[in-house]
Amino acid sequence: MATAAGALAPPAVQAPSGVWSWLTTVDHKRIGTLYGISGMSFFVLGGIEALLIRSQLAVPNGDVVDADRFNALFSMHALTMIFLGVMPLGAAFFNWLVPLMIGARDVAFPRLNALSYWFFLAGALMLNASWLPGDAPDTGWFAYAPLTEAPFSTGRAMDFYTVSLIILGTSSLIASLNFIVTIINLRAPGLTMFRLPVFVWMTMIVSWLLVLSLPVLTVGLVQLYFDRNFTTNFFIQEGGGDPILWQHIFWIFGHPEVYVLILPAMGIVSEVLPTFARKPLFGYAAVVFAGVAIAVLGFAVWSHHMFTTGLGPVPRVVFSATTMTIAVPTGVKIFNWLGTLYGGNIRFTTSMYFAVAFIATFTIGGISGVMHASPPIDSQQQDTYFIVAHLHYVLFGGAIMGIFSGIYYWFPKFTGRFLSESIGKLHFWLFFIGMNLTFFPMHFLGVSGMPRRIYTYDAGFGWETWNFVATVGAFTIAAGMLTFIWNFFRSLREEPNAPDNPWDAPTLEWATSSPPPEHDFDAVPLVRARDPLWHDRDNGLAQPEADPNEHIHLPPPSYYPLLIAVGFALMGIGALSHLAVLALGVVVVVYGVWGWVLEPTGPEPAAGAH
Amino acid sequence: MRLDLLRRRRLIATAAILVLGLALAACSDPQSTVNPKSDHADTINDVYIIVFWLALVVFVGVLGATLALSIWFRERPGRVANQFHGNRRLEVVWTLIPVVILVAIFVPTVAAISDLEPDDEVDLPANAIVIEAIGHQWWFEFRYPGLGIVTANELHVPVDTPVRVTLKSDDVIHSFWVPQLAGKVDMVPGRTHAIQFTPNEARDEAYLGQCAEFCGTSHANMRFRVFVDDRATFDAWVANETADAVPVESLSALAQEGGALFTSYVLAVGATPCIGCHTVKGSLASGVIGPNLTHVGSRSTLFSGIRDGFEGAESADRVQRELERWISNPDDIKPGVTGRPNGGMPAWGELLSTEQITAIAAYLRELK
Repeated sequence: MATAAGALAPPAVQAPSGVWSWLTTVDHKRIGTLYGISGMSFFVLGGIEALLIRSQLAVPNGDVVDADRFNALFSMHALTMIFLGVMPLGAAFFNWLVPLMIGARDVAFPRLNALSYWFFLAGALMLNASWLPGDAPDTGWFAYAPLTEAPFSTGRAMDFYTVSLIILGTSSLIASLNFIVTIINLRAPGLTMFRLPVFVWMTMIVSWLLVLSLPVLTVGLVQLYFDRNFTTNFFIQEGGGDPILWQHIFWIFGHPEVYVLILPAMGIVSEVLPTFARKPLFGYAAVVFAGVAIAVLGFAVWSHHMFTTGLGPVPRVVFSATTMTIAVPTGVKIFNWLGTLYGGNIRFTTSMYFAVAFIATFTIGGISGVMHASPPIDSQQQDTYFIVAHLHYVLFGGAIMGIFSGIYYWFPKFTGRFLSESIGKLHFWLFFIGMNLTFFPMHFLGVSGMPRRIYTYDAGFGWETWNFVATVGAFTIAAGMLTFIWNFFRSLREEPNAPDNPWDAPTLEWATSSPPPEHDFDAVPLVRARDPLWHDRDNGLAQPEADPNEHIHLPPPSYYPLLIAVGFALMGIGALSHLAVLALGVVVVVYGVWGWVLEPTGPEPAAGAH
Repeated sequence: MRLDLLRRRRLIATAAILVLGLALAACSDPQSTVNPKSDHADTINDVYIIVFWLALVVFVGVLGATLALSIWFRERPGRVANQFHGNRRLEVVWTLIPVVILVAIFVPTVAAISDLEPDDEVDLPANAIVIEAIGHQWWFEFRYPGLGIVTANELHVPVDTPVRVTLKSDDVIHSFWVPQLAGKVDMVPGRTHAIQFTPNEARDEAYLGQCAEFCGTSHANMRFRVFVDDRATFDAWVANETADAVPVESLSALAQEGGALFTSYVLAVGATPCIGCHTVKGSLASGVIGPNLTHVGSRSTLFSGIRDGFEGAESADRVQRELERWISNPDDIKPGVTGRPNGGMPAWGELLSTEQITAIAAYLRELK
């Protein structure tokens, strides 16, 4: 117990409000909301970019946008969807759910958590600020040297790319370390590692992937920045560098990144399926170990992005083997999800629609992935629309379907309100039909030899029909998104009416109120088995009662994370403009760190409460 | 209930047939990846067919299972979910099934990788044709070192003859890809890659190729053609290509005027003249930055495969207009050409009179 005053003070019931409270918040739930709203906004932006791309390609010789604008659009579409859409939406779920699922009152380092969000926002805004001078990155998200080097990429576009990705990478790195520490240290009593919800496992695996892969990208980005600005020649052949080296660096990051995008969705689906099938996840251990195996193998497959770059036959054979091997743990997951459906009494909510559709659409992406794991086949499919079809089945059919399944599932927990099921099902069908209409024909386009990243094509290649169909599909997805936005705002206007555990779900986040209080749990929950709430229900047990004498220590709000992020952003702007701005940024960062270190974080917590 | 299921099954079967039909339709498209016309493309296609059928089985199996389980185990009054946590034996089985499928894909893959390796230059069959392809933003340069030919954007090769193409790049990464003849291999600055294939079907229609690695503004406009000729047609083409350009005296008056402009040392103040970048063999023009134009009038396409070229007398007006438009402002047809980092082409419309441009276009058109 802390001071007597602390013991008498009731837990904070009145959450602070106003803009300032959001700018200084260190509450994982609010940070999750910030991530969610930002991620969803950028998802819409990336979607608008996709609609422009599809409009341009709807008919041969389209003239909606010109060549350079098109190249910027497809580059920014990928960067936006990957770094500013799917990753922060994943982070929104991590932030909201990890502490709730492990019975904690916050993450291990709440201020670092805020810092990671503000870094994310700074990097996201900086990347998109490149549109303003008309200098948006236009060499693809993969940015292959030497096209990105000074002679071929004039202007500031690629510097916007390197600087903002470094800031975004720092954000993810901070968040990942925070989640690893949180999951290892802050689990509720009885919550052993093999009782952890699969979603929490996937969060930890994703965090490890990011911690191990992001530094590689950062090194590459710094090298590219130095090449462009200080003539270091890391990737320039004439200077003794090697353009292929960039590809190795990029994909050693880039392939684990694919699993960073998909594993959270796999985690979400692994929570949703058991709840609505009303039975435990089939083969829990296998699903967890398959996730770990995918992550480990994910570091051994990067060169399958480079089968056509003149690698010798031996690396092609080896990387083909490792790539195909990934299909085994992935298959295990798919079969275990099907095993979860088997014997169930499946309640088909909107969330469940998305989760079951995820199994189907993600599987299609997995199958096409195995096809070009074979280098000879890849030599025909690489850089064609077949790959575009494949990656969108994985990222839209996988990540996005999973994320929306999660949104419909946890929305009552996040807001205390339900999303409309009938509007939700309309949303689902528009998404499901739209995505298949958009991406399935791309397989045919690829087989017919249509390369990716072309802003125009002539009639007569047999590409007209399917391109038009794909464009219709893209607008169908957009209609689905509008439906969702309508559903979202419609729901927010309603009175909160969600009970604690509306779905009769088994995990700890459903043991507290909807939405949870600022301190998450009135009493630290007790875990007696995997799927603890089902175990309690079936055995007539109850969660511990709140102790009115417990002092719940919550970290006070802090503006230093925001300040440091502003300083870091200034350093980035300086790197793009003038040394003086960079110096100012350094001063702000140093001041922010100084203030952070000396900032009082409230009384010491009671022993055992962390 | 039973009827409902049957209907669903029929729906799935119809969909599968539809998908198959559409996949097969892709075969006849001109840039199709599944209509092989060489040993190389055949080898790839053989692996593809194995993988395609296995993929289809998995596709139907998993999607069918998902659908079936969703229907069979949907919520019903009185139903209680069966509480079990797994089944060790089943899990072992479905770990092994993918392994078996993958081995079935991997073995032919390895065999194909080995088959597709190009021969070392010294081990080539005596009749092999060796070609050097160099990628430029945004066109392909083709050299036949053994025959003394330098040309652009159009390859001619004799049927049933091994062709070895060495691949280089002058600026950024490009990729050499003619789907019906060979899978793609990248052209990387500072490296020399090679690809080898033996085309097995001569035809008048060209095999279409396209740059497959994003290479900047006009990546979409970087296309090329491969003509697989019977021996006599090939020999005739070689004879024409190795010859000097048509003597300027034998051209029309307008073309002669254009020739004089094309080969002048100073065409306009502040701009590199035509001969600074282009070669017309037999004239003063011997530049090596842009495409060799010695026989440009005989090519079947213009501007790296994005406009039809000479197709007989009736095409003369059209080709003339396209060339005039190009010379006036190449960006108008292929964006980015004037700003090319390794030597942009001037927009001559700002520097020359319309009459001068008309004359130069006539000259190029008559360079058969």
